[in-house]
Amino acid sequence: MIEFESVSKTYPDGTVAVEEFSLVVPSHRSVVLVGSSGSGKSTLLQMVNRMVEPTGGRVAIDGEDVAGRDAVGLRRSIGYVLQHGGLLPHRTVLDNIATVPVLNGTRRRRARTEAAGLLERVGLDPSLGRRYPSQLSGGQQQRVGVARALASDPNILLMDEPFGAVDPIVRRELQDELARLQADLGKTIIFVTHDVDEALRLGDEVVVLRRHGVIAQRGTPAEILASPADDFVRDFVGADREERRLTVRKVDGRDVAVDGTGRPVGVLHP
Amino acid sequence: MTWLALSWEYVLELTRDHLLLSVPAVLLSVLIAVPIGRLANRRRVLGGLVTGAATLMYAIPALPLLIIIPAVFGFPLRSSATVVTALTVYGVALLVRTAADAFGSVDAEVRDAALAVGHSPRSVFWHVDLPLAIPVLLSGTRVVAVSTVSLVTIGALIGVPGLGSLLTDGFQRGITEEVAVGVVATIVVALVLDGLLLAAGRALTPWARTPRRSAKTAGGAR
Repeated sequence: MIEFESVSKTYPDGTVAVEEFSLVVPSHRSVVLVGSSGSGKSTLLQMVNRMVEPTGGRVAIDGEDVAGRDAVGLRRSIGYVLQHGGLLPHRTVLDNIATVPVLNGTRRRRARTEAAGLLERVGLDPSLGRRYPSQLSGGQQQRVGVARALASDPNILLMDEPFGAVDPIVRRELQDELARLQADLGKTIIFVTHDVDEALRLGDEVVVLRRHGVIAQRGTPAEILASPADDFVRDFVGADREERRLTVRKVDGRDVAVDGTGRPVGVLHP
Repeated sequence: MTWLALSWEYVLELTRDHLLLSVPAVLLSVLIAVPIGRLANRRRVLGGLVTGAATLMYAIPALPLLIIIPAVFGFPLRSSATVVTALTVYGVALLVRTAADAFGSVDAEVRDAALAVGHSPRSVFWHVDLPLAIPVLLSGTRVVAVSTVSLVTIGALIGVPGLGSLLTDGFQRGITEEVAVGVVATIVVALVLDGLLLAAGRALTPWARTPRRSAKTAGGAR
């Protein structure tokens, strides 16, 4: 369980990133923070592994304030996936995945063997293990980033716009892969994105943020779509977009779902 | 080629002396310039002052330097320690700015990512900053090596033997061939050291010479 207790972050120059943000992320659930730039979503994420220290309030993991924990040890206990993969360009794929186990004292040989297993787990060919990150595609690099985050089998995964820099088709593949992994692993995930569709697809719970980390609405994806709290959320999730306004039309005795432009998107099954 | 035929053993001996003066000076320059460069990279104001001062050292004329160093460090005037120290001063002067740039060339995003996944700051230096700075550091070191090998010849002016001895001796005794041999041997030594550094650099940075990905051959994601 991760708790944000009225955390704030004001930078020395007076810039406010986050103001009085409170949230409980239950264990084994994935919570998506979604908002545009300036919403403080990445800042909130980085407070969990102490890459950013709050200027007010506290962040606690299983009841223990992270400020009291050794930052290096804390970070090694949390899986972290970054937008551009954040892989070390001078290490092979296997060594990148094995980073945290090796830092924790696992023998390199064993860590590499386990890394090869993880490579398959995230849907990559083990032969890629000896390559350097620059030899992989963007989507492959992101998969390696996910494998690295899983290498020490952490309870918590922090994902900072992990699929933001890849093309839409690959992004969709990566999202499906993550959903499949999460169904297996049941990690506690905080996922940050500016993409509403991604949030609705991946979150058990979605938190829509305004500027400075003010919560506009939180709920399950269905709740957010069914009843947007206000115009901001309605606008942000695109509740009025044609592809979200589905109606049902009878065709040959079947119920066909049709979007706002009249284009059929699927068939309802009773 | 009569002079060389008679004196090749002497030339080999001087080449060895030359290497014993220049290699330690290059190593010391790297060992001193890299930490200063790192500091300069982390602290802009201090760094600007230090690199500026270091670069000025290169403007000190060689002969006075060879006389100041024994006075400051207490070495005998005609000792290899004096020559190595003088060459190290020049080497550091040449290398400090490049060393600062080398650390500046490391992608801040990569450093942050390394910290975020659990490298300690010390481990980031050894495992991220230093290896990624190698290509730029190495190009600076190659300049220092070549420059040092050619500067070692001034040691002959204060009577410390090296290939420079062939130049001074050849001039005094009017043996053109001896001077020519001294010049050529110095260039050969510089080229060999440069080649060795280039090879070492390639061995140390295997990631830098891998072919870039081509979308068609990389495959693997299902």
